[in-house]
Amino acid sequence: MNRRTMYTGLALALIYLLVHGLQAFGLLLSYHVQILSLACINIILVVSLNLINGFTGQFSIGHAGFLAVGAYSSAYLTVTFHTPFFVALLVGAIFAGIVGLIIGLPALRLKGDYLAIATLGFGEIIRVIILNTQAVGGARGFSGIPNYTTFGNSYLLAILTVFVIRNFVNSDHGRACLAIREDEIAAESLGVHSTYFKTLAFSLGAFFAGIAGGLFSHYLQYMAPTSGQIGFMKSIDILIMLVLGGLGNITGSVIAAVVLTIVPELLRGFAEYRMVIYSIILILVMIYRPDGLLGGRSLGYARLKNSIEGVKAHASHK
Amino acid sequence: MNWYVIGLQQLINGLALGSVYALIALGYTMVYGIIKLINFAHGEIYMLGAYLGFYAITSLNLSLVPAMVLAMVSAAIIGMLLERVAYRPLRSSPRIAVLITAIGASLLFQSTAQLVFGASFKPFPQAIPFTRIQLGPVFTTNRQLLIFGVAVALMIALHIIVQYTTFGKAMRAVSMDKDAAQLMGINIDRVISITFALGSALAAAAGILVGMYYNRIDPYMGTMPGLKAFVAAVLGGIGIVPGAVVGGLLMGVAENMVVAFVSSTLRDAVAFAILIAVLLFRPNGLLGKNRTEKV
Repeated sequence: MNRRTMYTGLALALIYLLVHGLQAFGLLLSYHVQILSLACINIILVVSLNLINGFTGQFSIGHAGFLAVGAYSSAYLTVTFHTPFFVALLVGAIFAGIVGLIIGLPALRLKGDYLAIATLGFGEIIRVIILNTQAVGGARGFSGIPNYTTFGNSYLLAILTVFVIRNFVNSDHGRACLAIREDEIAAESLGVHSTYFKTLAFSLGAFFAGIAGGLFSHYLQYMAPTSGQIGFMKSIDILIMLVLGGLGNITGSVIAAVVLTIVPELLRGFAEYRMVIYSIILILVMIYRPDGLLGGRSLGYARLKNSIEGVKAHASHK
Repeated sequence: MNWYVIGLQQLINGLALGSVYALIALGYTMVYGIIKLINFAHGEIYMLGAYLGFYAITSLNLSLVPAMVLAMVSAAIIGMLLERVAYRPLRSSPRIAVLITAIGASLLFQSTAQLVFGASFKPFPQAIPFTRIQLGPVFTTNRQLLIFGVAVALMIALHIIVQYTTFGKAMRAVSMDKDAAQLMGINIDRVISITFALGSALAAAAGILVGMYYNRIDPYMGTMPGLKAFVAAVLGGIGIVPGAVVGGLLMGVAENMVVAFVSSTLRDAVAFAILIAVLLFRPNGLLGKNRTEKV
C-alpha cells in the first residue's frame, strides 16, 4: 500500500467517523444523516452515469431505468424471500447490468441525440413494465420495503463505486473508452473494438446504477412507478448533477452529487424555484462553461500536493 | 360491439390525436432539418400555446379563432427568443452541449409555467358547443372534426410556405447545405429564426386544440406529447416535412389501437417501442433515404 492510498483511506475513514461523532453528540440529527445517505446514493448514480456519458461519450438519459431495475428487484428479494441486504443489492445490480447489456447492444449502434432519445425510451419502457407488474405492486406502488439503507453501507458502496470506476477509467479498458469518446472512427481504425467497450461501459454503469437503486428503495421504503422516483425526471436530475460537475470529471460528479442533494434540503422553502434555478444554471453552464463548474479540473492527490507545495514555496519566499 | 366497430371508432379517435402529434412533429422536423437539433423545449412551447389560448379566451374574452391566432403569434415570438438566447450561442458547440441546453430550456419553461400558472390543472373553456355526429355504427364529434380541419389547413399552409415561397426555398437550401446557402447570400440566422417561429406557432395551435379536446391544461402536458411527436417525426423520417404528418397520424392511430385492444397502461410505451423499432430497423424513417456515413 503506497502513501497515497493510505492517506485517501485515512481521509475517508475520518469523514465516516466525523459523521458518526457529530451524530453521537447530537450535532447531526438522524434526518441529516439520512440526507447524507441520499447524497451517497446520488454519488453512485452520477459517477456511474459519468462512465457512460462523460468517459465513453455515449449520451444516455435513461439512467433512472437501471436505478428502477435495481430498486425493484432487490426490494422484491428482501420483501418476498427475506434475502440478506447485500445479496439482494448484488443480485439487483447484476440484473440491472444484464438489462443494461440487453439495451446497450442494440441501442449503442445509435449515436448522439438518437442514442439519447432511445435510452430515454428504454427508461420509460422499463417504468411501464414495472407499472404493469403486479408482483411489485404495479401502479399502487411497492410498499413495506425494510429500512436497510444506512449511512454506513451507502457510504461504503459510494467509495467502492468511485474506486472501481476510477480504476476502470485509468485502465487500458478505460483508455479505449476515452478513445471512443474522442473519435470513434479513429479509435476503431486503431483496433479498438468500439461495440465491445461501449457495451462494457454501458452495462458497468447500469450495474452501479442498480446498486444505487437497491440502496434507494431500501432508503425510501416505498417505490411508486407513477411518481417522479424512477421516471424521466429522475434521469434528468442525475444528468443535471453530472453536467454541473463536469462530464468526465469524477471529483466534479461527487461534489455536484453532494451539493445538489444538500442544497435543495436547505432551500425547502423555495422548493418551487428549485427547477427554475437549476434549468437556468444548466443553460448558462452549457453556454459559458461547457466543462462543468469545476472547468475540467479534478481534485486528485497530485493536484493537492502541488498546491500545498506551492503554498509552502510561496511562504518560504517571504 | 364488434371488434371492427371498436377498431373503426379508434381509427377516428386516433386520427384526431394523430393530427395533433403531426402538428407538433412538424416543428421538430423543421428545426432538426435545419440545425440538427432535437428541440426538447418544443413540447413546452405547445404547453405555453395552450395557456396563451386559455388566457386569450378567458381574460381577453376573445373567440376561438382570434385567440388561436394570438397564441400562435406569441408562441412564435417565444420560439424565436428561445433560439436567439439559448441555441444560437451554441451553434458551433458539440451537439451534446446543445442537447443539454435544450433539456434545460424545457425544464425552465415547465417550472416557470408551474410557478406562474400554478401546478394544478385548469379547465379549458369550451369555445364551441359540443355536438356528436353519428356515422353509422361509429361517431365523431365536432371537436374532432375541428382538430382535424385546423391541422390539415395549417399543414397545407406550411406546405405552401415551404414549397412555393422565397423563404421556403431559402429554408430548404439551408437544410441541404448551410455553408453553401450562406455563400449564396441567404441570411442563415433569419431563416433559422423564422423556422423556430413557424414550428412554435404550429405547436401553439396544437396546444389549444388539445386543451379543447381534453377540457384541461396543466404545466406538464407538454412532456409526453412532445416526446411522442418527436417519435412521430423520427418515424416519418426526421427533417422530412411530409414524414412528420405521416408519422404523427400513424402514432395517434397506433396509440389508440393499443389502448383499445391491449391495455391503457401501455399508452406511453407504444411510442417508445415504435421509436426503438424504427431506430434499429429503419433509422432514416419511413420516408427517409439511406445516407452513407462519411468520415
